[in-house]
Amino acid sequence: MSTVAETQIKLTPEHDARPGASVRSQLQDLLPKIVLAPSFAATIVFVYGFILWTIYLSFTNSKTFPSYDITSARAYQRLWRWTFESDPPSSWYTSITNMGIFGFLYILICLALGLFLAILLDQKIRGEGVLRPIYLYPMALSFIVTGVAWKWFLDPGLGLEQTLHQWGWTSFHFDWIKNKDFVIYTVVIAGVWQASGFIMAMFLAGLRGIDGEIMKAAQIDGASTFQLYRRIVIPLLRPVFLSAFIVLAHLAIKSYDLVVALTSGGPGGSAWLPSNFMYEFTFKRNEMAVGSASAVIMLMTITAIIVPYLYSELREKSR
Amino acid sequence: MLRKLLIGTALATSFAFSAHAADVKEVQMLHWWTSGGEAAALNVLKQDLAKEGYAWKDVPVAGGGGDAAMTALKAMVAAGNYPTASQMLGYTVLDYAAAGVMGDLTETAKKEGWDKSVPAALQKFSVYDGKWVAAPVNVHSVNWLWINKAVMDKIGGTEPKTFDDFVALLDKAKAAGVIPLALGGQNWQEATMFDSVVLSTGGPEFYKKAMNDLDEESLKSDTMKKSFDNLAKLVTYVDPNFSGRDWNLATAMVIKGDALVQVMGDWAKGEFHAANKTPGTDFLCYRFPGTDGSVIYNSDMFGMFNVPEDRKAAQVALATATLSKSFQSAFNVVKGSVPARTDVPDTDFDACGKKGIADLKKANEGGTLFGSLAQGYGAPPAVANAYKDVVSKFVHGQIKTSDEAVTELVKAIDDAK
Repeated sequence: MSTVAETQIKLTPEHDARPGASVRSQLQDLLPKIVLAPSFAATIVFVYGFILWTIYLSFTNSKTFPSYDITSARAYQRLWRWTFESDPPSSWYTSITNMGIFGFLYILICLALGLFLAILLDQKIRGEGVLRPIYLYPMALSFIVTGVAWKWFLDPGLGLEQTLHQWGWTSFHFDWIKNKDFVIYTVVIAGVWQASGFIMAMFLAGLRGIDGEIMKAAQIDGASTFQLYRRIVIPLLRPVFLSAFIVLAHLAIKSYDLVVALTSGGPGGSAWLPSNFMYEFTFKRNEMAVGSASAVIMLMTITAIIVPYLYSELREKSR
Repeated sequence: MLRKLLIGTALATSFAFSAHAADVKEVQMLHWWTSGGEAAALNVLKQDLAKEGYAWKDVPVAGGGGDAAMTALKAMVAAGNYPTASQMLGYTVLDYAAAGVMGDLTETAKKEGWDKSVPAALQKFSVYDGKWVAAPVNVHSVNWLWINKAVMDKIGGTEPKTFDDFVALLDKAKAAGVIPLALGGQNWQEATMFDSVVLSTGGPEFYKKAMNDLDEESLKSDTMKKSFDNLAKLVTYVDPNFSGRDWNLATAMVIKGDALVQVMGDWAKGEFHAANKTPGTDFLCYRFPGTDGSVIYNSDMFGMFNVPEDRKAAQVALATATLSKSFQSAFNVVKGSVPARTDVPDTDFDACGKKGIADLKKANEGGTLFGSLAQGYGAPPAVANAYKDVVSKFVHGQIKTSDEAVTELVKAIDDAK
């Protein structure tokens, strides 16, 4: 024992000189770990633990309460069958097709609009400091507020249509929010309104980060403004596109409250997203197994998007 | 050190035990009756219990509707922290009873004679495995028409006795330029109206077979198709903007005279009262045409949990007070429903309430008191919601024909069983 102690002393003489400092430096080494430990433990239990629990429940026949006997994959079989029931549409079919429509349009329009606004704001215009927060502000609202405000605005009897009728344009007709085929597009409108300002801010930050020399060089070479953006600026913004895409993708997949506040499910449940389906089946219909199975499918969908992104990011860094 | 700790623990436990020995003079109650009229109605019960020395403690639930309360209850029960009682609906009581967390009030029930005074159809939900597990608070019935009398006089309408009469009346209203039928296009409202349509189209026998026994032959029968066709007929009389409207806004349309009639449960009466309208002079209540003599009901219950011994006395006091004649009368006058026992005098009730009480008694004796499928008293929630899906998809056009509707209905109910 003593020999070991002696070698240690020789290797790290300053520890020997001031024993108080040794404890402190050890503490300093440990401090980040100690501080991180509670949140780490909480994440392990409340995120990953419950993910595993949900996966487990999806293979049981849990109804109102969790039951722990693994039965079969009946919940998945039912979801699989519902996936192909398009006429009349099953609730699950409606949910996943809506997810497709909403996710695609929401992400695409937000990116396009955000980039467009950012480019306009980047033209060194006067009053940028005022304009920027105006576009950014909707992001500060919760989905519930956005949903209720747009619900009133789009309601044919209260909002836009009624107002235009009163102003004399009586042929104006806009009742998407009451129409089973179009209600999901009103969710896109409200969602885009809320998020595009935030995406604009991300792009604006990206644009400000681009080296002015490159732009000048391109202009000297005779590139038109369109070519400048098309060939130089937008390719340089690639990392921003990726971050914005990830932010939007997860917002899209978890927008439960927007659908509830805006449409309360839509006519005949035509505005449901998978998250509405999950809540409805788990808590209202007492079909916990089906709800869990749908949650697992949602998780796998997110994983399918996030993992390739992380992979490409990490590969790029190591290069 | 160790000895001190042991002594401390022993002392603490003995304190705990001595505290347990005395009864807890407190009722813990989970409910979502927070709006004006409902809260006032519940106050009657609070005062009754205060007279007997029991304090009332609400279990706080964030968020309004019953869904949030049920989620909270699920969490409390899973944690083994039972409230004395909770407001519950239909099959939820039986679900919890099957999970073995409900108490047993059979002794009290015997002493108070609930077996005789509470309608048998209600006992299906308040008695599990021969044990009383819940105290019914009221009986709502859903097969009502609520009509604005001024509009009715203007178009010269009379009480419709058959479905065809009803359609003729709606035509008159349409010709006079008012919205004939006020409907909120949410699935439960559509399905609640469809309950009445089925009873009217097929009669009591058929309703019971299709909507309570879920008999497949009845569900896909021509009578069921006819019911869907009748529903489609009614939907042609609503305004184009009906989708997603809340039920009380639809009631407000009738109150204001924008619309002639609403098909809704008797909780709609509370809205008329809140607007200072009196039955007979301002508004009319008729049974849905072709359903007179039958009652489609739902009922609020106080589910009684299996609480520790020291809290049982408070629970018994709560249950007794809930089913006392004085509370049943006072509460239901305010709430708009009718008492959950058939021997309560109807002196304090308005005309609609008196009719409701008489109808309930008649239906109970004649065996025509049926659970509402839309309100979760015809079948468990999974089935009830599958039914609401189909009705709503039919109303909004995802399901196009009545043939398709019955096929879907059978399939959806089969899936949910």
